[in-house]
Amino acid sequence: MRNPAPVATGLYEKRKAVYPRQIDGKFRRLKWAIMAVTLTIYYATPWLRWDRGPYAPNQAVLVDLAHRRFYMFAIEIWPQEFYFVAGLLIMAGIGLFLVTSAVGRAWCGYACPQTVWTDLFQHVDRFIDGDRNAQMRLANAPWGPQKIAKRGLKWAIYLAISFWTGGAWIMYFADAPTLTVDFWSGHAAPVAYATVAVLTGVTFWFGGFMREQVCIYMCPWPRIQTAMLDEKSLIVTYKDWRGEPRASVKATKADPAGKFGDCIDCNQCVAVCPTGIDIRQGPQIGCITCALCIDACDRVMSQVGRPRGLIDYATLEDAAREQAGAPPTPHRKLIWHPRTLVYLGIWSAIGLALLFALGTRRHLDLAVQKDRNPPFMLLSDGSVRNAWTFKLKNMEGRPRRMEVSLDGLPGAVMWTDTVGRDQAARSFVEEVPADTIEPVRVYVAAPKGAREGDVAFTLRALNSEGGRDRVETRFDAPEEEHEGDEH
Amino acid sequence: MAEHKKIDEATGVETVGHEWDGIEELNNPLPRWWVLTFYATILFAIAYVVVYPAIPGLHKGSDGLWKWSSRGALAADQAAADKARGPVIAALAATPIEALPGKPDLMEKAVAGGKAAFRVNCVQCHGAGAAGSKGYPNLNDDDWLWGGDLKTIETTITHGIRFAGDDQTRQSLMPSFGRDGILPPEQVSDVADYVRSLSGEQQPNAATRRGAAVFTANCAVCHGPEGKGGRQVGAPNLADQIWLYGGAKADVVASVTNAHAGVMPAWGHRLDPVTIKMLAAYVHSLGGGEKFAPAPVVAEAAPAAAAAK
Repeated sequence: MRNPAPVATGLYEKRKAVYPRQIDGKFRRLKWAIMAVTLTIYYATPWLRWDRGPYAPNQAVLVDLAHRRFYMFAIEIWPQEFYFVAGLLIMAGIGLFLVTSAVGRAWCGYACPQTVWTDLFQHVDRFIDGDRNAQMRLANAPWGPQKIAKRGLKWAIYLAISFWTGGAWIMYFADAPTLTVDFWSGHAAPVAYATVAVLTGVTFWFGGFMREQVCIYMCPWPRIQTAMLDEKSLIVTYKDWRGEPRASVKATKADPAGKFGDCIDCNQCVAVCPTGIDIRQGPQIGCITCALCIDACDRVMSQVGRPRGLIDYATLEDAAREQAGAPPTPHRKLIWHPRTLVYLGIWSAIGLALLFALGTRRHLDLAVQKDRNPPFMLLSDGSVRNAWTFKLKNMEGRPRRMEVSLDGLPGAVMWTDTVGRDQAARSFVEEVPADTIEPVRVYVAAPKGAREGDVAFTLRALNSEGGRDRVETRFDAPEEEHEGDEH
Repeated sequence: MAEHKKIDEATGVETVGHEWDGIEELNNPLPRWWVLTFYATILFAIAYVVVYPAIPGLHKGSDGLWKWSSRGALAADQAAADKARGPVIAALAATPIEALPGKPDLMEKAVAGGKAAFRVNCVQCHGAGAAGSKGYPNLNDDDWLWGGDLKTIETTITHGIRFAGDDQTRQSLMPSFGRDGILPPEQVSDVADYVRSLSGEQQPNAATRRGAAVFTANCAVCHGPEGKGGRQVGAPNLADQIWLYGGAKADVVASVTNAHAGVMPAWGHRLDPVTIKMLAAYVHSLGGGEKFAPAPVVAEAAPAAAAAK
């Protein structure tokens, strides 16, 4: 028989519950700090105020979808300037590459929302159910009044956090104080309630129940990072040449001559892991490099009187050097290698380009759209009229008087629907409201016998800080038909 | 069976036990939630097929429990759009057209609505850009046969021009001076030269001087002593640069010989008053619209004066 009888294995696997033990240490404290900073930014940002004068909202960060404006502190972005947002997103992408190149999967371990909220929810678990062992006991216990009460309370807290998370999200899209009042009085838009419901549900489910499954099965980023990591990448490494073979402290004492490694097989690294993996099996997709196993192992090593760093941040290259007997390289030296510098260069170049573009952009703009049908008109006095729709754009937060003047086309005059042909001149003045694109119908008439040719319009702001724009376009006129009529 | 478990050495993963030429299959089971999600999508698909039209039949598909159809959705969308337009339509219905210029917001909406209605009803003759063509007036320019203020345009659209089915239609008839023998051909030629000289198309000469006399005797009663037209009878201004039927000598001779009597339907029979109001606003907005005469009292006597523009 070449083939043994098929093994009865399941095609589908139940999630193996993870009950990470509480740990304190250098990296745990860093994680606390980053969690505090990121959650504070997320929840508090919409409530920051920023005075923009009477014509614009005073919320510091606001995505005003209804009015097609994006406000971020002193920056106001119009829809046609969306490339700024695109640039920011590209910077965020390159930034992820940069972080990965410098410090490996630090995004996954510390800053990813999935990690931060899972971490938060795991603390809720500990708060209600106790630490690892108590959680496991409770999970295996039959359902009774106490378990029901604890589960109910825990899920209620999950739900409260989730609701707060979903509620904070919509505050970025409307004036936060107003929206809060509207939300609770039932006057907010249906889309606000739907968004909160969806985000509450997703946070509750992903943070409370899916947890590491999201990282391992759903998220593309670990796969991309797998392709980006190389022997120079900082990863959480179990130094197997130092740790193996494993033996308990007692066994080592009993056989001092035995060639035992430093790992005492206490399994603390596994117990504290929020994704439930064993780092001693080597780098793996489930490792988000949160470094809690480093904290756990360092604590155990100090208890048994062995040097720290059996599990530590290291690059594969450095690990090989260390195995060969060289002292470990300091982490700050491992961060700077050519790929990191290249990413940093690209990232900063995009950032500088965006800043330059922001600093030099015009706050007024003239766009002209010519009537194509009919391209020109003959008026009763024989003059030739062309018509345009002008768009006068005032990107300042206050109304401005602007003058549009006509260049070229000798003898021609222009007027608008408000100015009237009887007051036609070489220019007209228009009051453009704050933060608005003002459409104006413009007629230009050239005297009888005019030929087609170039014409230009200049827009000039009449207030003190000025600003101008100029558009060149064509004036259409009939071909020489009048001469043709003379027989 | 557990004793048959084989562990792959390279990966440390259990195999399912199959082997083909030394190639074995690793057992990396899918997460259970994944397959449950997959089952949920199957249930969703079944529910979708039940409530939406999905099952094809010989002549038509199933209706589905919710009786949804794209026609129904369109009708609902249109009803919603009509409802949304309701207040504007009501405001337009309540506003006499003379008051429209005082309400810029309403005017803007009327122009937009008129533009849409124009594309459906008017472009066949007046063209998509309202530039007209020979025999069909250009509505963009500043030359009006019957008058170019909002009220006059509204009246023209409502009752039409020389339209048999409307007794308030704009009515006038130019005699066929040549065909009916009122003027002999040489006088027709002279008067054509004279008419062309009014707009500078023709230098004054003996023919135009003879034509001037013919014009005063036959044409000035409608077209005015200086040929500047008369709006009560829709007589074109002959002294401007705009020619509805062409300004070449042959065209003018043809016009005097046979006369023209263009017809426009009375849209009051087909369109509701609000649509006509919007059409008038749109035509007025094209660049040639005229202001109302200063006071209504003067307006009664004004057409002749206004025609002099």
